[in-house]
Amino acid sequence: MSVTVKLPTQLRASAGGEGAVTVEASTVREALEALYDAYPELRERLSDDDGSLRRFINVYVGGDDIRFGELLETPLTDGQELQILPAVAGG
Amino acid sequence: MSATNLKCRECGSEYDLEPIFVCERCFGPLEVAYDNSALAGDIAELRRRIQGGPQNLWRYSDFLPLPAGPPGPSGRNSSRVGLAAGCTPLIRADRLAERLGLSEVWVKNDAANPTHSFKDRVVSIAAARARDFGFEVLACASTGNLANSVAANAAALGMESYVFIPADLEEQKILATGVYGTNLVKVRGNYDDVNRLCLELSGERNWAFVNVNLRPYYAEGSKTLAYEIGEQLGWRTPDRIISPIASGSLFTKIGKGFADWLELGLLEGNLPTMNGAQAAGCSPVATAWSQGRDVCQPVKPNTIAKSLAIGNPADGPYALELAKNSGGSIDSVTDDEIRAGIRLLAETAGVFTETAGGVTIATLAKLAERGDICRDESVVAVITGDGLKTLDAVRGSFESFEIDPTFDEFTSKVEANLVSAQ
Repeated sequence: MSVTVKLPTQLRASAGGEGAVTVEASTVREALEALYDAYPELRERLSDDDGSLRRFINVYVGGDDIRFGELLETPLTDGQELQILPAVAGG
Repeated sequence: MSATNLKCRECGSEYDLEPIFVCERCFGPLEVAYDNSALAGDIAELRRRIQGGPQNLWRYSDFLPLPAGPPGPSGRNSSRVGLAAGCTPLIRADRLAERLGLSEVWVKNDAANPTHSFKDRVVSIAAARARDFGFEVLACASTGNLANSVAANAAALGMESYVFIPADLEEQKILATGVYGTNLVKVRGNYDDVNRLCLELSGERNWAFVNVNLRPYYAEGSKTLAYEIGEQLGWRTPDRIISPIASGSLFTKIGKGFADWLELGLLEGNLPTMNGAQAAGCSPVATAWSQGRDVCQPVKPNTIAKSLAIGNPADGPYALELAKNSGGSIDSVTDDEIRAGIRLLAETAGVFTETAGGVTIATLAKLAERGDICRDESVVAVITGDGLKTLDAVRGSFESFEIDPTFDEFTSKVEANLVSAQ
């Protein structure tokens, strides 16, 4: 199914200047892998050596932090929006 | 100016002093780095210069990331524009101490700021910097106190402002924001939803979001709480600080303020034991502490302490680190304990605090009861906001008498009842 990945300004230079990318995926992990396939530079920016997300990256599906769901295995539905944002803000 | 650049707290990458807040390499938080070498040396002279400064936080200009200019007199110039935050009372609270079985308790009453919370400290720095960067719009994501402060400071500086708050915020905080003529946006969601929206907006609008793209500068304002406490205690550190934790920024920057001044030799003593205080209904940092974890699992807040209702605290890991390194802890208290804390401070010190202050005092009481605090320790409780902002927390918590204006009514309905109650 088709989902939209929204990228923060800090990542757009690594994604050809795009602010949103459409990928085919049924979980967050698949969506990120599809994103990395399209823009390999993003892999190093977003994930640690062991493949998990960097500590200061938050990922939201339909507005909910994936830590309230099943982390990288959080399922996606067709047309859903996946948003990547820096964690260090607010307060 | 001794601020030299921005530096990533995680990987150490350096950046110019620009309106940016995350590291391009690792997404870690950027912090202001300083070169204080010009200040080291004659400590007596440095103390005199601080004491000769204005009666507000600009007396600490030497230690803040302000627009370029010579130290000292620039502080005076800054005091002439905007709202003058800081230099709030440090009150010796002997009756509170006695109630808790302690000997030296101080209350740092930051409700005495222009918009009645510590947020005026951080907004002062962010707004000064925003003007320097050429921004015309000041904005924020807020749990209420910051909303008041951004709206007021923008009005004072003649800037336009956008303030984003959770729609269910206390009415007092909404009214005390809207009155300043800001663009007030009530978002259907909790603070973390508001924050997420503001993060996205900060990338799409050329605004100074004080706690997003201006966050490195904004956060530095909280150091002035430590500076003031140290100066007010006669250039020494207290043994212990009790401070509320929402994002963890205030808590960690108080620690940094003490550490910086200890290193410079401006303060005598040691880094205080740092105790963080959270509401049980939103305690991601206290929970991580009790589980011995170094990162926080986000939560959905449900507490009367709405100013602390951040379920996804940005500086949570650093707050945990500071509590650990200083020999402190991070505790949580229930809503009933918060109400009791508000009452305890009011009736022993004459200070009416909002729910966040109730969290702080309830945590102080908990630590005292647990025996964590030695009797001869000097303890400072940081009271961050005014009770008039959260009136619902005390509604129905006391009784009063309503009488006709006659002597008989007073004796029969008031005094007789008071006597019978004794």
